[in-house]
Amino acid sequence: MEEPTKAIKEIHPDPSATSGVHPMENLLRMERMPHIWCPTCGIGLAVTAFTAALTKANIDTNKMSIVSGIGCTGRVAGYVKLDSFHTTHGRPIAFGTGIRVANPGIKVVVFSGDGDLIAIGGNHFIHAARRNIDMLVICVNNFIYAMTGGQVAPTTPLAAYATTSPYGCVEPPFNIPYIADSAGAVYVARWTTLHVRRLTNSITEALQKTGFSVVEVISPCGMYYSRINRLGDGLDMMRFYHDNVEIRNGEDTKNLDIGFQTKIICGKFVDRERPSYMERYNQWLSEVKGARGEG
Amino acid sequence: MKFWRKPLDLDKITVPHGEVHIFKDRCKGCAFCVEYCPKDVLDMSEEFNIKGYHPPYVKNPDDCLECHLCEMLCPEFAIFVTLKEEEKSAKVPINKGEK
Amino acid sequence: MKADPKGVLTGSHNLSGNQACAEGALAAGCRFLGLYPIMPALEVSERFLERAPRVGATFIQMEDEISALAAVLGASWTGKRSMTVTSGPGLSLMMEHLGLGVMLETPCVIIDIQSVGPGLGLPTRAAQGDIMQSRWGSHGDYEIVVFAPSSPQEMFDYVIKAFNLSERYRIPVAVMSDAYLARLQENVVIPPAEEIDIEPRRYFKGETDKYLPFKRDKDFVPPMVKIGDGYRFHVTGLTHDDRGYPIMNEECQEYNVHPLVKKIRDYTDEIIEVQETGIDDAEVVIISYGTTARAALKAMEQARSAGIKVGSLKLATVWPFPEKRIFELAKKVKAFIVPEMNFGQLVFEVERCSIGKANVLFISHGEKGVENIDDILSAIRQTQQMNEVKKCIIELKKGV
Ligand SMILES: Cc1ncc(C[n+]2csc(CCOP(=O)(O)OP(=O)(O)O)c2C)c(N)n1
Ligand code: SF4
Ligand code: SF4
Repeated sequence: MEEPTKAIKEIHPDPSATSGVHPMENLLRMERMPHIWCPTCGIGLAVTAFTAALTKANIDTNKMSIVSGIGCTGRVAGYVKLDSFHTTHGRPIAFGTGIRVANPGIKVVVFSGDGDLIAIGGNHFIHAARRNIDMLVICVNNFIYAMTGGQVAPTTPLAAYATTSPYGCVEPPFNIPYIADSAGAVYVARWTTLHVRRLTNSITEALQKTGFSVVEVISPCGMYYSRINRLGDGLDMMRFYHDNVEIRNGEDTKNLDIGFQTKIICGKFVDRERPSYMERYNQWLSEVKGARGEG
Repeated sequence: MKFWRKPLDLDKITVPHGEVHIFKDRCKGCAFCVEYCPKDVLDMSEEFNIKGYHPPYVKNPDDCLECHLCEMLCPEFAIFVTLKEEEKSAKVPINKGEK
Repeated sequence: MKADPKGVLTGSHNLSGNQACAEGALAAGCRFLGLYPIMPALEVSERFLERAPRVGATFIQMEDEISALAAVLGASWTGKRSMTVTSGPGLSLMMEHLGLGVMLETPCVIIDIQSVGPGLGLPTRAAQGDIMQSRWGSHGDYEIVVFAPSSPQEMFDYVIKAFNLSERYRIPVAVMSDAYLARLQENVVIPPAEEIDIEPRRYFKGETDKYLPFKRDKDFVPPMVKIGDGYRFHVTGLTHDDRGYPIMNEECQEYNVHPLVKKIRDYTDEIIEVQETGIDDAEVVIISYGTTARAALKAMEQARSAGIKVGSLKLATVWPFPEKRIFELAKKVKAFIVPEMNFGQLVFEVERCSIGKANVLFISHGEKGVENIDDILSAIRQTQQMNEVKKCIIELKKGV
């Protein structure tokens, strides 16, 4: 067989145009840059916030694993320098559940898109929340299936256009914080990619929680969502967030619906304590062992 | 620096100064950094990078307050800020622009 | 390596096939079970769960079979031997992650207690209808190892072998039993732990920044690492290079998938296991697997006492298929008889390998189930009248 990496050469533009090392490089797979995301895409910002949060949260990154599904956001796992898995469409939560239950010493982060986590993976999402699996879910919501070219997602606002809703979306969208809250998540927040600092703070907080935490990141998809809907590029979306985001911490998650180009409510909505799956599991285990007279 | 109310201890505060570093060839020209820099330090340049995008350049280097916002708002990890060398040794309190 | 004594229930026990399966898994060192309940496979999980606290195994009941196997794959990367248990409808849902398991080269074991399909079928009746699905069910090119036990003792032994092979080759391995064997109780001898050989996982020992998750050893199998050991590795279900990074071109597709197939095909001699009885002088050979082998062996004995030279080739591993052996036999024998509890699946493989050199008779071991020896005997008699090689005979009996 041929030499492995020789046959598969990639082009890496020489990033020597400036001196010094970017502070996030130790947590990123720089050899894979540039990443695949389009100009003005917001996914890179979600990653920036995540890496910044990893540094701030001061946790042992060797004991972490990041799992992604499929989609533009699904590629995140491949760029973050942790033990990382790029799995099947919609299943990263299930995969991460296996990791967490088999080795409770590992902090699991699931980083994926809205279609991945809420459509095909919706069932895993609510059940992991119900069980309160100790895991942080970062859900990048760009209102569309981006990787496949702009189809209706479960989060596409009513009346918005997509390639599979050429006459405007007729399905009401999911309100992700509301699902997470009602299914039992212990931490729920939503920010846009413009609010990187607050987003970083939320991810930092969520990383330190025990239990199922969800951070929704509203993110521009300049290539599909805003182009199909004639909303300009990602920068125009960022300006839109600037003018139309209202921060209401502690808001009832019922009120967080997002319409087509309507106000977006951001904030930290849920922060509570509930015994996590492993806590209950271990308690049950010690009771069984106690009853059987085993150590 | 402009203040809407002049702080009483203004003369005691030292404003940190940052140095912006740009990896031109990583940039995809989204202009987030230029748009949201609170001090208008950056502007898009006319030059093309290796990928054919216009990267930003540092227009007003002395105005940078080391707030790191461009660093946080760059989706390409192409820009970062450090405290100016001379200030590092002077051990001024660093204002990260947070809280 | 020898088995961890905690999981080994040494002694002679009266166990059902399903119970023996759980015992085999625990003896093999399985310490994670991801499950979704389904008849007739449930008893495996129940036995496992009952013993889990003592053995130190963990488990989780997931929300469906898709997530059950996904969790098993995740668990396997933490260094735990992991398995899932299901039946036909669940196996259908698992095909997605069977493919992912192959692509991520993740060791795990899938137990499939077959019942009748298609659709919901008859969940309590035995069948062998998933044999082809286990081989071809997931999309794309891959090779798989499948064991088919015919007794609780074999179930115990094969489950251990399945775990060993899954670690040896970094593949998902399936053990396919059926609703009949699930409940069949027989004596199972569980040897002491020090007599059970366990194939240890091959770990990478080098520096953390030197690890390439898919850099293959000479035998095409790359060593693994565990999550949390500081290697910061990446693996993807997309076509990837040695670093585990996705590379989207044909060259890499070839580079990536070829060894997935080769690491099994080049080692079929090591993997394939068949049990031959009375082959040397046989004119007719019954090829069977799983519970049908029980009837096949009885039919063989009866035919032998009636003076007909019948042999038996019992497949312990259904996949990879023992092509070479069957081709050799086809040149010597008059006919193959293939009883299966389906309407014809593995018989086509037998026909393919006998390339017109021997007659192939299929017996749909249907409504009378595994006790049906008469059909095999009448097929044997039928072969006595055959003088030339005819086409493969797949006749479904009237009224079926
Ligand atoms: C089982 C399966 N079905 C469909 C697809 C095709 N597919 C790839 S990405 C994607 C949508 C991803 O959307 P989302 O999760 O919103 O991520 P985004 O691309 O918007 O970041 C789909 C449907 C697939 N890869 N696998
Ligand atoms: S298609 Fe949309 S979501 Fe995907 S990388 Fe491009 S801008 Fe981002
Ligand atoms: S934010 Fe980054 S990618 Fe965008 S223009 Fe500035 S340097 Fe370039």
